[in-house]
Amino acid sequence: MAELLRATKLTRRFGGLTAVDGVTIGLHVGEVHAVIGTNGAGKSTLINMLSGELPASDGTIEFDGHDIGGWSQPRRARAGVGRSYQRTTIFPSFSVLENCRLSAQAALPRAWAVWESAQRCTRSLDAAHRALAAAGLADAATRPAGLLSHGGQRQLEIAMCLATNPRVLLLDEPLAGMGAEETSRMLALLAELKREHAVLLVEHDMDAVFRIADRITVMVNGAVIASDVPERIRTNPEVQVAYLGDEH
Amino acid sequence: MSRDWIIPTVAALALLLLPAVLTPYTQDLVVKVAIYAVFALSLELLVGVTGLVSLGHAAFLGIGAYVTVLASGDSGGSIARVLPLAVLAAAAYAFFVGALSLRTKGVYFIMVTLAFAQMAYFVFHDTKIAGGSDGIFLYAKPTLGALDLDDKRQMYYVVIGTLIAVYALIALLIRARFGHTLAGIRVNEQRMRAAGYATYGYKLAAFVIAGALAGVAGFLLAIKDGAVNPELLSWHESGAVLLMLILGGIGSLRGAVIGAIAFTLLKELFQLEALLGPVAAHWQMTLGFTIIAFVALLPKGLIGLRARLVGARHG
Repeated sequence: MAELLRATKLTRRFGGLTAVDGVTIGLHVGEVHAVIGTNGAGKSTLINMLSGELPASDGTIEFDGHDIGGWSQPRRARAGVGRSYQRTTIFPSFSVLENCRLSAQAALPRAWAVWESAQRCTRSLDAAHRALAAAGLADAATRPAGLLSHGGQRQLEIAMCLATNPRVLLLDEPLAGMGAEETSRMLALLAELKREHAVLLVEHDMDAVFRIADRITVMVNGAVIASDVPERIRTNPEVQVAYLGDEH
Repeated sequence: MSRDWIIPTVAALALLLLPAVLTPYTQDLVVKVAIYAVFALSLELLVGVTGLVSLGHAAFLGIGAYVTVLASGDSGGSIARVLPLAVLAAAAYAFFVGALSLRTKGVYFIMVTLAFAQMAYFVFHDTKIAGGSDGIFLYAKPTLGALDLDDKRQMYYVVIGTLIAVYALIALLIRARFGHTLAGIRVNEQRMRAAGYATYGYKLAAFVIAGALAGVAGFLLAIKDGAVNPELLSWHESGAVLLMLILGGIGSLRGAVIGAIAFTLLKELFQLEALLGPVAAHWQMTLGFTIIAFVALLPKGLIGLRARLVGARHG
């Protein structure tokens, strides 16, 4: 499949600290591309730059043939670069459905149709219901989002991202704090999603990463030390020293 | 029609029938309360809906009022010209203030809105464009066909009609996609940006609409009082309207109206010399203590009182 998003020599400096140092990474539809690395390796900063939350100090980002480096985060999101957050950032007082409906509404025209009730906006409602069904939350649609279990809130986080109809998914630790069963369900969802999306997965759960990833990039201190298919990452001596430890 | 609409509709009908039984003083008081309710509702769109605490909202009330007087001139002029001018002037200043202040957040936003309101205050206070610190009189009220705002009864209906219209307009906005977007921004602006909302534009739109509606309140206030002075734009006034929201309960349109009623009536009450004797001269103090007591006892405002009572009965 063709490359959908490509970052070249992406760099982010905070004062004297270089959090992300010349990272080049490509995302393809049909692939889960995992980025692993210790805490502080620059994984979240990388996602923040790709999604537009942080401007890059250096380097370029291309999405679907456009140079999106100068685009604001909302513009990138509307173009199809969706992201989820490491810390759950749902709207707890809104219903599960409204969380997704609001996300879906972002891309709709006629935001000023004031005579029309938002709760009857069929286009955003349809997209929201589809996203909830895909994320396995269809039964929880009417519940306040804040009352969902931790795993449920992580699922909602993904559903909200899906509701915006993205082409690229930037997922920041979607498995954080999940139990074994919830993890399996989420991995099945990711396997389903990668068929039509290019997925970037930042994750600490190594078992999960090696089960799902088609390609793994390893970051240490902001720089990429290896990027390859999982089998070769597993046996890469540099990676073993820097990150995986003796057990692998 | 959902149940939420029963109380406002009944209240609106009662207000329309009320003049038949009111004395001139109470009718005047209802008009005053209703104008402040319009003002409070306009701020509720920012504070309660969008989560933007502005401490400079009186600037738009004052500008609306001043432009009403200045545009009326010596002969009054037409409402069809004066009202749009007043509203446009308030909206234009709101656009200017919003465009700059919305680049800041939290306490900085509060301070910047306050600073811009003080700026407007001193323009009217220290220059001769409109009578300086004394203000100016409205010599002739604007008219429109048979409509004569000098007639107290007609003025009453115009004010009540405006209150109903503004209430309905904001309710409509909240119900629409625009309002849901503002609510999302209030809860988590970063998440809204991640979903694809250019939030700045939405916030600016809310700020300008709120400013324009405050301008409508200013238009009515200038006509009711027959005069304007710089105190209309002062931070006391901005603080008072914020207190109305807190008193009534932030996050509900009814709360804003109830807060405007409660604040205005309490202020009248504590200024009554017949009732409080020499203490009436220090009404700010008694009003202040009362508000502190209200906020301490009813953190969700007067609108939370019913839930409180129902809860107490069941608990």
